Amino acid sequence: MPLIKMENIVKEYPMGKARFTALKDINLSVEKGEFCGLIGPSGSGKTTLLNIVGALDDPTGGTAVVLGSDISGLSHRQAAEMRSRHMGFIFQTYNLLPVYTVYENVEFPLLIMKMADKDRKNKVNAALEWVGLSDKRKSRPGQLSGGESQRVAVARAIVKRPELVLADEPTANLDAENSHNILDMMVKLNRELKTTFVFATHDEKVISYLRRKIHLFDGKIVKDEPARGKE
Amino acid sequence: MTLIFKLAYRNLLGSGLKTWLKVAVLSLAYVLITWHYGFFSGMYRQAARAMIDDEIGGGQYWHENYDPYDPLTLDDSHGPLPGEIKSLVDRGKAVPILIRPASIFPQGRMQQVLLKGIDPAQDILGIPAAKLGADGESLPLLIGKRMARSGSLKKGDYIMLRWRDSRGAFDAAEGRITEIMETQVPAIDSGQLWVPIDRLREMTMMEDEATIAVVKSGSGPQPDYGGWKFRDTDFLLKDITAIVNSKKISAGIMYLILLFLAMIAIFDTQILSIFRRRKEIGTLMALGLTRFDVIALFTLEGALIGVLALGVSVIFGTPVLYLTATRGISFPSETIDDYGVAIPSKLYPAYSAGLIIGTVLLIMGVTLVVSYLPTRRISKLKPTEALKGKMS
Repeated sequence: MPLIKMENIVKEYPMGKARFTALKDINLSVEKGEFCGLIGPSGSGKTTLLNIVGALDDPTGGTAVVLGSDISGLSHRQAAEMRSRHMGFIFQTYNLLPVYTVYENVEFPLLIMKMADKDRKNKVNAALEWVGLSDKRKSRPGQLSGGESQRVAVARAIVKRPELVLADEPTANLDAENSHNILDMMVKLNRELKTTFVFATHDEKVISYLRRKIHLFDGKIVKDEPARGKE
Repeated sequence: MTLIFKLAYRNLLGSGLKTWLKVAVLSLAYVLITWHYGFFSGMYRQAARAMIDDEIGGGQYWHENYDPYDPLTLDDSHGPLPGEIKSLVDRGKAVPILIRPASIFPQGRMQQVLLKGIDPAQDILGIPAAKLGADGESLPLLIGKRMARSGSLKKGDYIMLRWRDSRGAFDAAEGRITEIMETQVPAIDSGQLWVPIDRLREMTMMEDEATIAVVKSGSGPQPDYGGWKFRDTDFLLKDITAIVNSKKISAGIMYLILLFLAMIAIFDTQILSIFRRRKEIGTLMALGLTRFDVIALFTLEGALIGVLALGVSVIFGTPVLYLTATRGISFPSETIDDYGVAIPSKLYPAYSAGLIIGTVLLIMGVTLVVSYLPTRRISKLKPTEALKGKMS
């Protein structure tokens, strides 16, 4: 059974009296362990599609089944529960909680899951080791570089070992070296933990790492090319 | 909820100076409101005590025509005490007072006064009536410090008095001030001269008559006898109660305005906080918090400011309130005289548990409401919009 199954997905937004169609008749299937990306220029609908996959938004039409649940049928609470237990998010602007330390930011998803103290501590330490930020555990986001911040965001996304990680333009604010470091780390996570990654990107650096590239243009999937990226 | 509490606590501490500024304002409100209400409670308590000691005792019997607010009734407000009240007087449970209007002429000026006749041997009221027991030709007079100041009188001065007897005929005599008493009660001081009741009865030809009889404190409720109505302490204290209550209300309005301003500040910062932290709100939702959780988080952050402020106010407020309650607050005598009620020169605020709990509940309640109201916007916020830093 695919991890993500989308059939005839349509997403419209009200725009004054008219309606703007952001996604048109999207059909998509993503299997467990894939390392794929939604690729396209600005306004092509990749972030909208990623938000629907992440249960942050509802489709206007069609069926979106993610991790076995129909997104349209989920209540706010059920959607939150699904995000909290099974998904990790990585954002372009890192979105770290500014008053928390690195450790606390990474610990946050586990607190929401009400994980026991000891397990929590072990998992946070392991995640920080994964991203190579054990020595920065007491730093606050304001004291980190862009690359370090995004590594914290990655640690936060993978600390609970989610089945699905959704990354929206994760390298857009990073230089080439940091982008490659982050992407190498994600590839490693995908390979070792079998975590499924779905990116929304138009960054060539990211695209070169993707094993599957789903091209969007003007709200439609125009090409779906399974291809091997760098590993 | 433990998680939300933990997060709110972390957010508050992480906000640093902003948090402590709000805490400072609120803690000041806690202490100021408690102190000022305690001040008025203390004022009422001391004023009531002073009035009971020096003026009203355990209640008063009034002649049927007597109305202290209508000086024109004084001419007819006298009569013999009924047997039952006389019996109380004989047993030392009450003291009769005869009140007559008169004029005095200090330093060539004429001043309207009340002559109040009282038994120099009485021990029901706290005034030094024994000083009226002095032998001598001239009429012994006891006055209060306010009366002495307004008439430029001092102990040993002689003054001319003129009064009318029971038949309406004028008579005059010279009196000598034997004592100037210290009393907090203006009602037994300003414009009044205390004389021995026997002498006053003789001067006015009102043998065995009185205007009022003060019952000993602690005697409990008394029945009315004939035209003599018993006025209990609640009735006699209603003026001071009304004055203190009106002052409490006016102070309350002032504090409500101050509290309102403080709450507006919290409300504003809460709105600003939601606006500035909308991306954070989106992130929290993406990480798995529900809208309800986020609303609870922001509300709790506001409410925790109230709790922190309570803690801070306990730290700095306790010594302040304790010192004022035990050492008292001194007032210049001019201020006291202008106030019009029995105020001691040193006032001890009284802080009851009800006052402290009431203040805490009021501020906590209002803080919680103003913390919650702005967060209602979050319930309409879409995570996708919030992540983009927009408000839906």
